[in-house]
Amino acid sequence: MARWKQTLVAAIGVTFSITMFIALLSFMAGLNDLLDGLVVNRTPHVRLYNEIKAAENQPISIFSKNKNQYNFIGSIKPSSQLPQIHNSAAIIQALKKDKRVLGIAPKIIAQVFYNVGTTNLTGIINGIEVEEEDRLFVFQSYVVEGNYLDLKTISNSIILGKGAADNMLVNVGDRIQVTTTKGDQIQLKIVGFFQSGISDLDKVQSYTSITTAQKLLGESNNYVTDIQIKLTDILQAPKIAKEFEKLFEVEAIDIQTANSQFETGSFVRTLISYAVGIVLLIVAGFGIYNILNMMIFEKMDTIAILKATGFSGKDVKRVFISIALTIGIFGGVLGLLFGFGLSAAIDQVPFKTASLPTIKTYPINYNPVFYFIGGVFSIITTFMAGYFPARKASKVDPVIIIRGK
Amino acid sequence: MWDVKNNIEETIGNTPQSNIVLEAIHITKYFHDPIKVQVLNKVDFSLTRGEFVSIIGKSGCGKSTLLYILSTMDTDFEGDLKIDGVSMRKKREAELAQVRNEKIGFVFQFHYLLNEFSVLRNVMLPGEKLGKFSAKEIEHKAYEKLKILGIEKEALKKPNQLSGGEKQRVAIARALINEPLIIMGDEPTGNLDRKNGDMVFDIFKELAEVYHQSLLIVTHDNEFASKTHRIIEMEDGKIING
Repeated sequence: MARWKQTLVAAIGVTFSITMFIALLSFMAGLNDLLDGLVVNRTPHVRLYNEIKAAENQPISIFSKNKNQYNFIGSIKPSSQLPQIHNSAAIIQALKKDKRVLGIAPKIIAQVFYNVGTTNLTGIINGIEVEEEDRLFVFQSYVVEGNYLDLKTISNSIILGKGAADNMLVNVGDRIQVTTTKGDQIQLKIVGFFQSGISDLDKVQSYTSITTAQKLLGESNNYVTDIQIKLTDILQAPKIAKEFEKLFEVEAIDIQTANSQFETGSFVRTLISYAVGIVLLIVAGFGIYNILNMMIFEKMDTIAILKATGFSGKDVKRVFISIALTIGIFGGVLGLLFGFGLSAAIDQVPFKTASLPTIKTYPINYNPVFYFIGGVFSIITTFMAGYFPARKASKVDPVIIIRGK
Repeated sequence: MWDVKNNIEETIGNTPQSNIVLEAIHITKYFHDPIKVQVLNKVDFSLTRGEFVSIIGKSGCGKSTLLYILSTMDTDFEGDLKIDGVSMRKKREAELAQVRNEKIGFVFQFHYLLNEFSVLRNVMLPGEKLGKFSAKEIEHKAYEKLKILGIEKEALKKPNQLSGGEKQRVAIARALINEPLIIMGDEPTGNLDRKNGDMVFDIFKELAEVYHQSLLIVTHDNEFASKTHRIIEMEDGKIING
């Protein structure tokens, strides 16, 4: 067809918008994955724990069960007990048999003080089962110095948060002294540093093996404060959390409740990128609409003679819609390729930040769904842009054109 | 009296072997814009196979309007139109397009060739739409038609490389491609000089006499008309002679 330049410009419009659509969504999704990963990768889908709180049924209410009286009790305190999960071994056994559970990692959370000279820094020691923790929560990717497996093989070893280590001016291989809440003191050897990307966390958190933690607290080897569960389907977490809460008589929190703000953030970011992408496509659609409209005015004679020689309105409509779709498909396919190229280019741009030690370049998510949506939308918008001019062309009256000459 | 004749014609018209290819019955047409004006007043006539007919009349007498009604492109009229014995009155747009494709070939004052395509392809287009033959066969037929018109050497050129007379001959070849029942012409020699005009006339004459092609040509060229088999003269929306 004539008007090659304008047709090309229309196709470039589609290409550009699809390119931007793909690049924008890939980048946004990559960023979302990264930010979610900061939390989601390290957060159990369901966490079982015990909260220290006052008993719901105070002894007096048992005593006064059948008596017609009200009890007013002031200053109720919880009894002195550790935040231990009772019967943890049995719970773990039961969970291992559950098919919805991908894996479990028991954990001990202990409050400690890191002794630095005469001052004490507060800290939290996580006693973990090293291999399970790594399998479920990619522990090793956050260990920036040292070997995470040393935690298991070297007794009384610790992987210290990077922030805490900087504050304490210690290096891998040094020994530090910690004091438990009970007052016991113990020497631990630093085998590595840990950096999560959330600096507040890195200033207090550190990791030991679960046996070291039990030793630290002077507890037996079935002492566990948390059971972290990873599920096969993350969306089931709220339901399963409720079920476990009843079944095991413990507190259970699911990832959605614990981190709802992340989901909101991701959702809004995705929404914005889709909106921008679709607006770009609609603008490209208007370009195609304009060009086809002009083309119809130029091609009045052609339309008239086609109709005179036996082409029906439908045939004429089909010709114009197919021009629009050709522009759309040609522009769209190029756009998908360029979009992939641009995403790959962004993927190569160095991106270093202290808070994200594992990230070297800008994150990109190559989700095929984006390409699918981009492709479908380019076809839909160009079809719409072609449909109205095509309908107009199909209604051209050949008599008026031919007699007008 | 007239009714009887009409009925006879109708029964004959319904048989495929009939010699009547086109029949206009009481065709009346008004223009509505800007005011209601009657342009055709109960026009009756018929065209038989192999007949070379010209319609003449003064400008504004309604001859072109009649031609476009007979061509099925203008459907806003009263009365009836039968092509090959079939009434065109109740047909839908797509069906009329089908009739035009199969049974009518057009030659206009302007050639209306598409410059994007070669001469050959221009001739082939209506054949491709008809879809009765394969592309190879259509191409072969198109060459044949171009040969009849003596322009087969120009087949692969673009229309804008041809002279006016050649273009008009290509347009005639295009009209012939589907072997139509009737060829209709609206001032087909109007844009041509004497020499080319005569050549087009000779082609028409040959088509009528050698190939028994029916032709219906609107013209204001009285010399052209005088050489045709039959002259229909119109005035003020009526046939006054023929």
